[in-house]
Amino acid sequence: MRHIISILLENESGALSRVAGLFSARAYNIESLTVAPTDDSTLSRMTIVTSGTEEIIEQINKQLNKLVDVVKLNDLTQDAHIERELMLIKVQATNEARDEVKRLVEIFRGRIIDVTDTTYTIEITGNGEKLDAFVEALSAITIHEVVRSGLLGISRGDRVLS
Amino acid sequence: MELTGAEIIIECLKAEDVDYVFGYPGGAVLHIYDAFHKQDDVKHILVRHEQGATHAADGYARSTGKPGVVLVTSGPGATNAVTGIATAYMDSIPMIVITGQVPKPLIGNDAFQEVDSVGITRPIVKHNFLIEDVKDIARVFKQAFFVATTGRPGPVVIDIPKDITAHKVDFKYPEEINMRSYNPTSKGHPGQIKRAVDIVLGAERPMIYTGGGVILGNGSEQLRKFTKKLGYPITQTLMGLGAFPATDRQSLGMLGMHGTYEANMGMHHCDVMIAIGARFDDRVTGNLEKFCPDATIIHVDVDPASISKNVRVDVPIVGEVVQVLDNFNKALEQTDRTPNAAALEKWWNQIDEWRSQDCLKYDRDSETIKPQFVIEKMYEVTKGEAFVTSDVGQHQMYAAQYYGFDEPRRWINSGGLGTMGFGLPSAMGVQLAHPDDLVMCVTGESSIQMCIQELATCTQYGLPLKIINLNNGYMGMVRQWQEFFYDKRYSNSHMDVQPDFSKLAEAYGHVGLKIEKSVDVVPALEEAIVQKDRLVFLDFITDQEENVYPMIPAGAGMNEMILV
Repeated sequence: MRHIISILLENESGALSRVAGLFSARAYNIESLTVAPTDDSTLSRMTIVTSGTEEIIEQINKQLNKLVDVVKLNDLTQDAHIERELMLIKVQATNEARDEVKRLVEIFRGRIIDVTDTTYTIEITGNGEKLDAFVEALSAITIHEVVRSGLLGISRGDRVLS
Repeated sequence: MELTGAEIIIECLKAEDVDYVFGYPGGAVLHIYDAFHKQDDVKHILVRHEQGATHAADGYARSTGKPGVVLVTSGPGATNAVTGIATAYMDSIPMIVITGQVPKPLIGNDAFQEVDSVGITRPIVKHNFLIEDVKDIARVFKQAFFVATTGRPGPVVIDIPKDITAHKVDFKYPEEINMRSYNPTSKGHPGQIKRAVDIVLGAERPMIYTGGGVILGNGSEQLRKFTKKLGYPITQTLMGLGAFPATDRQSLGMLGMHGTYEANMGMHHCDVMIAIGARFDDRVTGNLEKFCPDATIIHVDVDPASISKNVRVDVPIVGEVVQVLDNFNKALEQTDRTPNAAALEKWWNQIDEWRSQDCLKYDRDSETIKPQFVIEKMYEVTKGEAFVTSDVGQHQMYAAQYYGFDEPRRWINSGGLGTMGFGLPSAMGVQLAHPDDLVMCVTGESSIQMCIQELATCTQYGLPLKIINLNNGYMGMVRQWQEFFYDKRYSNSHMDVQPDFSKLAEAYGHVGLKIEKSVDVVPALEEAIVQKDRLVFLDFITDQEENVYPMIPAGAGMNEMILV
């Protein structure tokens, strides 16, 4: 099953490779990983999407907790939470495609953020399925580049990871 | 007062009460070595290879409970230390490894003797540090010793660029430590402890299964009290031997692949298992699907990740072994309930029946030296009081099976990583920590050659080790598996070219003896012990095709042992 693990870790060089190294050394699966400093610049917030049996997920949580750089972690998938991903996508926008892409962007509530005579660059956010659906909807269009952020997650309600 | 980084390192080691550092100099650590030269509070032991330094520090740590300290240079110094660091990591041994690094401005330039030591060691340390400023040295050392020795212990690497060891700053060793991300649990959950005690007292076929965690956590005394109070059978892992006396009737000996028949049958048939400081290693459990089908499992461990990793447990208790056992013992004193005497009697009768198989029997009258015979005689001659280190293979199993360890920290071997070459250097660390005690290294002609250069270190520091070389001319355990599972195709396991070990020992300034007949075994052992101040290398020419029995073959359950 898919799990989203949210981690607060020391914002130090090497902390990311400790986490990434743990996953590769123990043959755990990483679907996506995002990391950036938080409002407290000594801390980074990481979101990892992984999958495995309940036993494996339990081990992943425990092994992550053992890393000295990990301050706190939470499996978001245990409770109500919000998932978001950002995608930047550059497509061919000539002739009829120019209007067609614009319509699709509106339907999916994306934004065109860069325009040339022949291309559009689109920004779109949502959960992974929505982004997949958008790419699917563009199937008749030539896609030049797709850049996805990986998933970001946060708990709903007043639950806080701190 | 301002001190250089190198001087600060020495001050940190003094503040941590370090008496020995095991190391080997090189370019990146020259400032540190210069600082060593100007003091004599911290003694430096010059090994002959960095692997030897790590194993020696490891042996020191295992036999004392204090962290072992290693100092090596950058590049090859660090990579040579890797095997020893991994060995310590797998067995949770507290160790501080200081690696020199090229000067900070050169890092990343493929400089001479540069490797990414932090990157290379990351998967085999509890934690590691790259020091980037002389101001950080004191704090990092304080944290390193704290992390290495608390919770589930382990090695910590500190990588220090050369230029930083020359920079100066005011030195003050931090008195307190504050790590928001590192708080090992010490006390077990009271509710879980209560539940566990209830289950323990209701057991009809109980087994206590303990591991290296009891030794690392200094819980031997509490374990003895607990086991005695209950009158339950106890089995110990390879790493746990000595926590409970082997000579006690309640001890069923070692369990696992080469454990005793009674221990493994007892485990398989138990209804309640009390696992303490053990990690359900694959060499213990055999086939997990067949593992202890009827057991309600209580598991006490300081490392939450060890619990339910390989085997689902019913009552997990995260906490230090000493604290949890103290709580168990208190609860047992306070309750009116007692163990089920009738069920226990029946259980012991069953165990005695398994015991009567005498699974460790072998041909004691053989004229050719049997390796088991050497260990048994070694036990008798030393009255079981020696510190015994071992290398890895058949001789390691024989030592574990036939030398009855009654005290913790006496049996020193590489269990998790299984590092050949561990025995001799680790014995050096043990001997330095216990200068007046008898330290013996049980080894084989293959293992000993992996770190044999350390015989020179023994000469330099006058370490009177007794080396028991069980020389069967083969990598015995490899040969045994090839005999059993590869139709006797002995591919590359025959050590047919060997040095004359007794002459080699003499060349290093030691005493060497070659023993070829069973009748000469005891006199040789006695002679070695009489030579109190000399290292004596006893080269026992043993039966070439003796196997380690009993054995759980790969894929089998604990109740499916091959007996002799």
